[in-house]
Amino acid sequence: MSDASLQNGPEMGAPTTKSSILQLDQRTKKRNAAEARFRAYGIAAIAVGLVFLVVLISSIIFKGVGAFQQSFITLDVELLESKLDKSGERDIEKIKKVTTFGYSPLIENALKAAMEEAGIENPFAKGKDLRKMLSSGAAADLRRFVIANPDRIGDTVQFRLLASSRVDGYLKGRVTRESLARDKNLTPVHLDVVDQLKDAGVVAKSFNLGFITGADASESRPEQAGIGVSMLGSLYMMLVVLACALPIGVAASIYLEEFAPQNWITDLIEVNISNLAAVPSIVFGILGLAVFIQFAHLPQSAPLVGGLVLTLMTLPTIIISTRASLKSVPPSIREAALGVGASKMQTVFHHVLPLAMPGILTGTIIGLAQALGETAPLLLIGMVGYIASNYPGGIIEGFMSPNSAMPAQIYEWAKRADPAYYERAWGGIIILLVFLMTMNIIAIILRRRFERRW
Amino acid sequence: MSAFWLLMIILALAAVGFILGRSRAISSVQGDRRQLHSLPNYYGFNVAMLAFVPAVLVLGAWVIIQPMMISSQVSTHIPAALYEDAGQLNLIMSDVKRVAEGLDVAIAQGVMTADEVSQLDTETTDVRAVLGNVGVALGSDVDPSVLKAAQEMRAKTTSGNLFMTIVVLIAAAAGFVMAFMQTHGDFRARNAVEGGVKALLIAAASIAILTTIGIVLSLIFNTISFFGMFPASDFLFGLTWSPEGRGGSEHLGILPLLWGTIYISIVALLVAVPIGLFAAVYLSEYASRTTRAFAKPLLEVLAGIPTIVYGLFALTVVGPLLVNFFGADGLGWMQGARSVMTAGLVMGIMLIPFVSSLSDDIINAVPQAMRDGSYGLGATQSETVKQVVLPAALPGIVGAILLAASRAIGETMIVVMGAGAAARLDLNPFEAMTTVTAKIVSQLTGDSDFASPEALVAFALGMTLFLLTLGLNVLALYIVRKYREQYE
Repeated sequence: MSDASLQNGPEMGAPTTKSSILQLDQRTKKRNAAEARFRAYGIAAIAVGLVFLVVLISSIIFKGVGAFQQSFITLDVELLESKLDKSGERDIEKIKKVTTFGYSPLIENALKAAMEEAGIENPFAKGKDLRKMLSSGAAADLRRFVIANPDRIGDTVQFRLLASSRVDGYLKGRVTRESLARDKNLTPVHLDVVDQLKDAGVVAKSFNLGFITGADASESRPEQAGIGVSMLGSLYMMLVVLACALPIGVAASIYLEEFAPQNWITDLIEVNISNLAAVPSIVFGILGLAVFIQFAHLPQSAPLVGGLVLTLMTLPTIIISTRASLKSVPPSIREAALGVGASKMQTVFHHVLPLAMPGILTGTIIGLAQALGETAPLLLIGMVGYIASNYPGGIIEGFMSPNSAMPAQIYEWAKRADPAYYERAWGGIIILLVFLMTMNIIAIILRRRFERRW
Repeated sequence: MSAFWLLMIILALAAVGFILGRSRAISSVQGDRRQLHSLPNYYGFNVAMLAFVPAVLVLGAWVIIQPMMISSQVSTHIPAALYEDAGQLNLIMSDVKRVAEGLDVAIAQGVMTADEVSQLDTETTDVRAVLGNVGVALGSDVDPSVLKAAQEMRAKTTSGNLFMTIVVLIAAAAGFVMAFMQTHGDFRARNAVEGGVKALLIAAASIAILTTIGIVLSLIFNTISFFGMFPASDFLFGLTWSPEGRGGSEHLGILPLLWGTIYISIVALLVAVPIGLFAAVYLSEYASRTTRAFAKPLLEVLAGIPTIVYGLFALTVVGPLLVNFFGADGLGWMQGARSVMTAGLVMGIMLIPFVSSLSDDIINAVPQAMRDGSYGLGATQSETVKQVVLPAALPGIVGAILLAASRAIGETMIVVMGAGAAARLDLNPFEAMTTVTAKIVSQLTGDSDFASPEALVAFALGMTLFLLTLGLNVLALYIVRKYREQYE
């Protein structure tokens, strides 16, 4: 080594005849350029990461905002007594016998009247073609209203009926005349009518509350689908996770951090926890399927089972963060409590735990947020493929009866062939992210406000 | 009596026990609390604990074990002529259960009395119609032996429930009386209660072990029964995956799935590792405090976004974008929006913060003295990073990359939505391929029953996945630990 440097010495010094502090030599320039390049790579890497983030967020917003608006057709529907209640007795049982087919002509007539009023020529021979502009669920809406208010039969009532998803897509720019060329559900002629109706103010877009509170609809009625029921499913699951994961996680961390002796059992538990934190979530789904459904015969697709699976999945997260916050409570607190005669258990439960609580809650909220966005294990216990079309009847039913969850519902929508469902899926993602953001912000506020620095 | 009401009774007993135990302790020292060994509440808790915990443990065990015992006893009475293998027996047993439940409903609705149910006969009554009337629809007519088994199951369940009620109540009462008799001023109630609480804490901590055992057992048993139906060598070394060919010609070779998994993970790591690593180096070595406070949390937002969002992003944004460039209108390499590249790119984005924040921590842990030494010798900042900091941090970075790889292998939603469904052994990254996780989902969400090889193969796939990720994690931890010792 020393020989080599001796040999190299004169060579390195040789071309330095014109060396000056003011004028950089070739080698220094090269090194500086390398330095600048390296720095640029770093900046580029961060920029690329941030660009991905911006693209992701903006595509979520651009593609999802549409779901919060829906096209409605406002019609004055005459609730003809001759169609809805032939006997005129207002007997609710007889009114219920009239199916949605009985209501369709009323809508048709109202639509024709609205077009006449606006001076639009009706290009369709069949009323059925005209009705294609409306959601196929419109008649059901009408029927529900009549059954709830039988005394309104005979009146003319103004309804805001859902437009069909193709009409909605046209108003949002998703559907064009070209794309309708081979579509069975709507023709370009309809769009001409829609244009005129829009000018007349009959068709208009407005805020879509039904998307947030509503239930899922069948594959052919994307305009009716909402995320409300699966939101409730997610809520019940989160309640299960909170009720199971928080006590178990805190108890386990207290034992490991405060009481556990240094032996192989403790080691085994710790290795297990760190491994479980890295097990793919889908494996927890397999566990849930095998243990909770095949072995324990709990109901399939129930939020209770989903909650239990997510509990097992989030436990490691909660245990790790709880242990960190227990560790951050200084030993002087424990020593002071022990010094005045408290038992070990009293020290932990009366003094250490309350001081560690903000950190524990922060970790729990983050664990819950992780559980809320998780999809894969839910697919295996059957929370997908179930159409969340009904609100659960009560609290017990909410836990035990089949339901979906927000991410599972989004996945279900993304699988459906109709592109109108993509918009729903993105809209669902916006709602999901709003929940996640709220939870994370609460966690950050908790940490900022209550975390003590010792 | 149902388990719920039993639980309520035990709870009530425990509450009464708390009050009685507390007052007995106080009266045993004539109201002079200073004479007590522990605080009065501890005496109450002691009684409540002994009344509640053993009884609830018995109740829980009974509720889990009784149905299994009864169904295994009843299944021996089903004539062997009715079924050929375990799968058919399972189907018959689920019929038996359904009939038994239906009879329960019939009694609850007052259609029949309990005596009538036990006298029921398929020759005189149409059981299917009777149960249909009370809202329990059956797939086929009830076989006489099934009805007999259902009646037997009902009889056993009724007597079992009676026994359960008696045993649980005896356990609760015994615990109550024992603790109540113990209660005295000198009794060390606090130590007893704290011992109980500690046992509870230990139980909570061992749930982690139970979970692992549960995962391993559920994977192993189902994998073994899969290999009983399907040769293991065909699964491990088969080059084709086509489970659709029912009745004979099915191929369940894992190799195409493994190839898809590994290929997608490689693409993801090729995206995530350079970007994540450079970002980590810049953030820890160059960035000013404000840049760091701004850029680091923003990058970490990428890690907090649920995978379903990435999946949809792959399906509706990245896939169509790639098709524009590499599809039929562009270079013609790509058939559809779903491909290895689509899933890999998006997964790479997801993994960037994972790589960057782990490496950031590791780079920050390299002692400042090593950097100072390098600067002192005249090295530039980038030379220091490349020749001093990165070599010192290498083991940690390798660990981080391995952890990211294990993440990529176990990722489900992105590949389910972005990678396609066809299993292929191909080198073209713009071709649709599928992965182990995607196939677990598709095999277990179909309609096939759990006893068929098409469904059971998912457990064998899960086993492979579990072992693969576990191996990577252990290896990562081992490397990190070994090299860390070298630099300490």
